Amino acid sequence: MAAYLIRRLIQSALILLGVSVITFLLLYILPADPVRQIAGRSATPEVVENIRRQLGLDQPVWVQYGHYLWGLLHGDMGRSYLQRSEVATLIAARLPATLQLMLGAILAELLIGLTLGVIAALNRGKPLDTGLMIASFAAVSAPQFVVALLLLYVFAVKLGWFPIGGYGTLSHLILPSITMGIMGAGWYSRMMRSSMLDVLRADYIRTARAKGLGRMRVVLRHALPNAILPIIAMIGMDIGIFMGGVVVVESVFGWPGIGQLAWQAIQRVDIPIIMGVTITSACAIVLGNLLADLITPFIDPRIKLR
Amino acid sequence: MSEPVLSVRDLTVAVDTETGPKPLVSDLSFKLARGETLCIAGESGSGKSITSLAVMGLLPPGVKVDSGRIELAGEDLTRLPERRMRAIRGDRIAMIFQEPMTSLNPVLTIGNQLAEAIRAHDPDADAKALALEALRAVRLSQPERRMGQYPHELSGGMRQRVMIAMALALKPDVLIADEPTTALDVTVQREVLDLLRDLQRETGTAIVLITHDMGVVAEMADRVIVMQSGRMVEAAPVERIFSAPEQPYTRALLAAVPRMGDGSGAAPVAAAPIAVLRDLRVRYDIHGGLLGRTTHRVHAVEHVSFDIRAGETFSLVGESGCGKSTIARAITGLVPHRGLIEVAGHKVPEDGLSASPALRRDVQMVFQDPAAALNPRKRVGDLVAEPLVIHRIGTPAERRARVRDLFNRVGLSGEQIDRYPHEFSGGQRQRICIARALALQPKLIVADESVSALDVSVQAKVLDLLAELKSEFGISYLFISHDMAVVENISDRIAVMYLGQIVEMGSRAQIFGNPRHPYTRRLIEAVPVPDPAHLRPPAPRMATEVPSPVWPVGEGPARVSLQDAGGGHLVAAE
Repeated sequence: MAAYLIRRLIQSALILLGVSVITFLLLYILPADPVRQIAGRSATPEVVENIRRQLGLDQPVWVQYGHYLWGLLHGDMGRSYLQRSEVATLIAARLPATLQLMLGAILAELLIGLTLGVIAALNRGKPLDTGLMIASFAAVSAPQFVVALLLLYVFAVKLGWFPIGGYGTLSHLILPSITMGIMGAGWYSRMMRSSMLDVLRADYIRTARAKGLGRMRVVLRHALPNAILPIIAMIGMDIGIFMGGVVVVESVFGWPGIGQLAWQAIQRVDIPIIMGVTITSACAIVLGNLLADLITPFIDPRIKLR
Repeated sequence: MSEPVLSVRDLTVAVDTETGPKPLVSDLSFKLARGETLCIAGESGSGKSITSLAVMGLLPPGVKVDSGRIELAGEDLTRLPERRMRAIRGDRIAMIFQEPMTSLNPVLTIGNQLAEAIRAHDPDADAKALALEALRAVRLSQPERRMGQYPHELSGGMRQRVMIAMALALKPDVLIADEPTTALDVTVQREVLDLLRDLQRETGTAIVLITHDMGVVAEMADRVIVMQSGRMVEAAPVERIFSAPEQPYTRALLAAVPRMGDGSGAAPVAAAPIAVLRDLRVRYDIHGGLLGRTTHRVHAVEHVSFDIRAGETFSLVGESGCGKSTIARAITGLVPHRGLIEVAGHKVPEDGLSASPALRRDVQMVFQDPAAALNPRKRVGDLVAEPLVIHRIGTPAERRARVRDLFNRVGLSGEQIDRYPHEFSGGQRQRICIARALALQPKLIVADESVSALDVSVQAKVLDLLAELKSEFGISYLFISHDMAVVENISDRIAVMYLGQIVEMGSRAQIFGNPRHPYTRRLIEAVPVPDPAHLRPPAPRMATEVPSPVWPVGEGPARVSLQDAGGGHLVAAE
């Protein structure tokens, strides 16, 4: 177990290194010049060159990357070009909001997806099953901004159950979480349905029934844990998918997370922030996957990590 | 006869199809008395399992009791609502199933699954203590430790004991055992059958034993029902079924059962070897630790040497995990090995990858499960022609003609070559697999448990076919089986394997007429004899476990050395 963890952490570090190299190179070959953005339109060539030298952007790309990596290894993500602040500070200030949102989204998609999947499986072939599967299809195919606006219109504007936007309380969290989680909920309900149908055919379910157990107990205690196994590995990957959705959802709901920070930085070619956000998200994805793999042996005793 | 515990009257069970209900079991009646064992015997599709599920009220969706009554102490179970049926299931009627490997929930501990069965019917009971007691009753070693273990940590035999413990924990009136030993090795089967009989004597539970194995019937039954296609063919006390069967079907079924004798018959041929194995070793690495280095090895096959002579059937017998299938894979060049393997003059490369086309032509395989060995999306004719296509033999028209010939030769019709595998029965599918193996006119056919999945009557015919092909084409077989009776019937020479090594090897007469090694004797004695009058020597009643073939790097099992006991009969020195 310890050996497994150490090996996985080394792997994770290598993945992060790769991500940082690729992002750095991509930003370097980008046609937009960050110095122009900082200096403004009316700056003289001398001023521009001055800034370029100050930021070290006149040096060869591998030297720039070397500096950046050296800083990163010491916990220094550099300074924002435009916001006169440390990138690490900016991200730290906004990370909790995004993490909250992701946690909310994961809870929403699992709660909705797994429940509906189980219900569909237990009602296989009946109208309820067909209805749920059509709904899941709609959930998978609906674009996030549409879902967000629909939810806002119905639950915030018309019913007034939840605030229209902002951040702070649990009720602020609900609509953005559902918006982010609804696509995953669609996927999970379909996966859970087929996984559950497989498990319900298993010999040990017949054994459980032969013992005289009630239907609820057979489903919840014998079928559910087995049906969930193939799904756990997917949860780790969701974090990556969420990172894409965070930008849209945070702007629609005015959620002060790193999605918004990234969006502003991209528009203004604030390279240190873009780098910082990318590395932070990569960390989240890598850790999320690692966590999912570490949880599996607790649910499935047959799996040993080594 | 005393008042019956269970009585089934005119039971008809049908499945809904597009053309209306189709009966799976028709007009079945029987009575079961306390302490009695009733065997329901029959081949696949005879309706014996459906009968047991009907009694349990666990029929699959779409299958219903059409008419008739199933009475437990006077109460008709077919009319009970699910809630009351649930109270009976597991408490008054319990069931054990064929597949111990999949019948226990993999994510719950043994103790949990046992205690749950008890608590479902007696919420106030000290379920933990009763569960432990049940595990002791089935003579499982270290019962306290087993309580906290998960199913995958136990062998098949141990799991079946757990299933029995679970079924008998609440002392049910009736125990239904559906092929309870079919998936187990013979020595384990022996132990489980002994256990069932002992427990029945202690508790007086009536047992319905469903089996296809007439040997098991002879050993266990008081009375026997023979079923065929959903109907009862014959019902009689066990002695009468075996000594004076009335119905032709019963007679045919008994005639097809392979019987073990003393190995007499034609002496093995003396011919040049077609396959030579010298000091064959197959080991699998197990990685572990920080750098993923090899820490342990599975010693699947150790220092195995034998010859297969031209035109003979050489059999490997032994229980699961003894390495017999690994040898099959090594000979066909499918796993890396050490040591020498030569087939028809070709050396099998050690890497398990680069076997030459010539070698692959000369060695063909027939596998255990014909349904899994045939691609369901291809026509059977194309499947049989595929080896010819791969080896670029003949024009399409010539191949088609050859495939027709092959189909005729294995007892199928040339008209059937454009059908798909699912349109054939299990026995026919195995014939197709044999036709495919014959297509390249191989010198050696490796038959790995090729008849184990077939019903006895079908099995007998496939074995006959294999024997005919041998004399007609001069093919040699490496025949791998766990079934001692089948092996005795088909083999010229036999090697008995235990934990990756050969412990005894010789002609059929030597192995079956004069078994020298204790393991060989145990294997032979464990086979259920299809004769109710046969008396068996008492065997130890504790679960025995085969030691593990996994060793740390640098260590390994002690090498077994074989000594000639006369006439080429090789026996492991003690």
